Amino acid sequence: MIAFIKRYEGLWLFTRSPAAIIAAIVAFFSIFGAIFAPLIASVNPYDLASFSLMDGLLPPVWEDYGNPKFLLGTDDQGRDMVSSILYGARLSLIIGISAMTIATVLGVGLGLAAGYYGGRFDMIVMRIADIQLALPAILTALLIDGIARGILPTEVQQDLRVAVLTLAIALSLWVNFARTARASTFVQMQKEYVQAAIIMGQRPIRVMFVHILPNILGPLLVIMTVDLASAILLEATLSFLGIGLPADSPSLGTLIRIGMQFMLSGEWWILWIPTVFLVALVISINILGDFLRDVFNPRLR
Amino acid sequence: MPKTLLDVDGLTVRFEVKRGSGWGKKSYLYAVDDISFEVKQGETLSIVGESGSGKTTAALAVARLVPAHSGTVMLDDGNVLEKQGEDLRQTRQKVQFIFQDPYSSLNPRKRADSIVREPLDNLSEKSEDEKTTIVAELFEAVGLRPEQMKLFPHQFSGGQRQRIGIARALATQPELIICDEPVSALDVAVQAQILNLLRKLQREYNLTYLFISHDLGVVQHMSDAIAVMYMGKIVEHADRISLFTSPRHPYTQALLSAVPTVDRTQRAKQKRILIPGDPPDPINLPKGCRFANRCPIAEAQCSQTEPELKDVGQGHKVACHLV
Repeated sequence: MIAFIKRYEGLWLFTRSPAAIIAAIVAFFSIFGAIFAPLIASVNPYDLASFSLMDGLLPPVWEDYGNPKFLLGTDDQGRDMVSSILYGARLSLIIGISAMTIATVLGVGLGLAAGYYGGRFDMIVMRIADIQLALPAILTALLIDGIARGILPTEVQQDLRVAVLTLAIALSLWVNFARTARASTFVQMQKEYVQAAIIMGQRPIRVMFVHILPNILGPLLVIMTVDLASAILLEATLSFLGIGLPADSPSLGTLIRIGMQFMLSGEWWILWIPTVFLVALVISINILGDFLRDVFNPRLR
Repeated sequence: MPKTLLDVDGLTVRFEVKRGSGWGKKSYLYAVDDISFEVKQGETLSIVGESGSGKTTAALAVARLVPAHSGTVMLDDGNVLEKQGEDLRQTRQKVQFIFQDPYSSLNPRKRADSIVREPLDNLSEKSEDEKTTIVAELFEAVGLRPEQMKLFPHQFSGGQRQRIGIARALATQPELIICDEPVSALDVAVQAQILNLLRKLQREYNLTYLFISHDLGVVQHMSDAIAVMYMGKIVEHADRISLFTSPRHPYTQALLSAVPTVDRTQRAKQKRILIPGDPPDPINLPKGCRFANRCPIAEAQCSQTEPELKDVGQGHKVACHLV
């Protein structure tokens, strides 16, 4: 019932927040476009045969020499920008969402256990988290990327690019979840229903996941949205620096990197359009996260 | 003579206290310091005392919710404190707990019937149908209506929530129920209902209660025997009549004189015994009797040696040099 009223109240608040509505629309269309990219996009940017160098560097339609076939123009290889962005967003979202999921599972699991057991286990987990926090996310990602390059044979390296990137991002994000889950678990541990569950003969795993977890979901949901945005940005950063995805399977970051070369040569759209798209996507996810936080925390309203 | 169900001997619970920089030597707070008592089958032992006297900690230690430092808790010839893992989990069938705060002792995201059902799911081998029947019976036994089974805890009043807590404690047919101030969070009219319900259930199911309270009126209504705790020690332990008619320890006398009476003539007769000052620092306890600094009749020896709990006749035990 509480959940229902909250949801109802959340919906009501939603209709009163124009920022949240715009953010939701932007996020919805981006995600929708990303999911259905193969159906919407006119060409497949991964398939070298589907585009032609002859169409290279065409400006968007509203500029002179624009071609209605390529709404937002083409890059130097003749790839349609609309298709590239849709496919790029698809990859970025896949990596972002899986990294966030891994980080959530890892962080919430460790945080719950640390809060539940306390003592030495808690201390060890939290010190590891502190060390993780001291390393910048990019450094962690670079480190894992370097290790993967070192130990994996060259043939599989290309196939595992996405997996390595996802893992690297997940490992730099789990700390947020672990800290929040631990702190919220401490609060719940003070409530008598947790002791009641132990008295009733619940096994520790069930006390943690059946009793405590549902009661700490609110703050975790907020972190999930905010960290999804961070994960997408981190992936873009890594790809931009050239340690992410290669140019033949571009994510948003890779597209921006490619666009950099044309920044000052007049072909502005190759850089600006993917950048604006990325910024809009990340900002809208962040706004939704902030909105969720306000819904869960009545004092901030 | 009913048999002894719970026999607690020398139970001690201590907490590590960090003071100062954390590099100094560890100090301990003895929340429960070497207490012994026993509870007979089908009877109620109440532990009373002021806040911080260790009564709740003692209860939690018996239920293994707080680790005990030393001592034994014998229940049916098994030492509860030595049990581990699965063995301990099975013992939980026999010892259940009714919590103080009915607002936090029920998981807000579970429906009433699944809260009551949970101990059955965990601890019994019964079939699903049997469990459903038991839950329905328990709802009736604690005075809740069947149509309330699907509601969430926040849809109940405090008294009703405590009834759910009681039904939950009864579900595994425990031998011992530890009631940790079960009515202190309820208003007075509801307190009486819940206490009467507890007594009715005790008669019906032959339950044994370990009853924790600071309210002497409630204790008088509920108990067969009473133990008075002060600063982690039992200072007086006697059956109800003996304790209420002839309290021996000065602390108990002061406590009893503080119970308000409605009767005017009684009130005029009674003299309030005031105990000045504060309880001593629980980390640096004084050498002698812990009550000496506030005791109206303390003598020199009281602050030198600690009094033992000794029998002064008919099982009435007092820890005081001057009785």
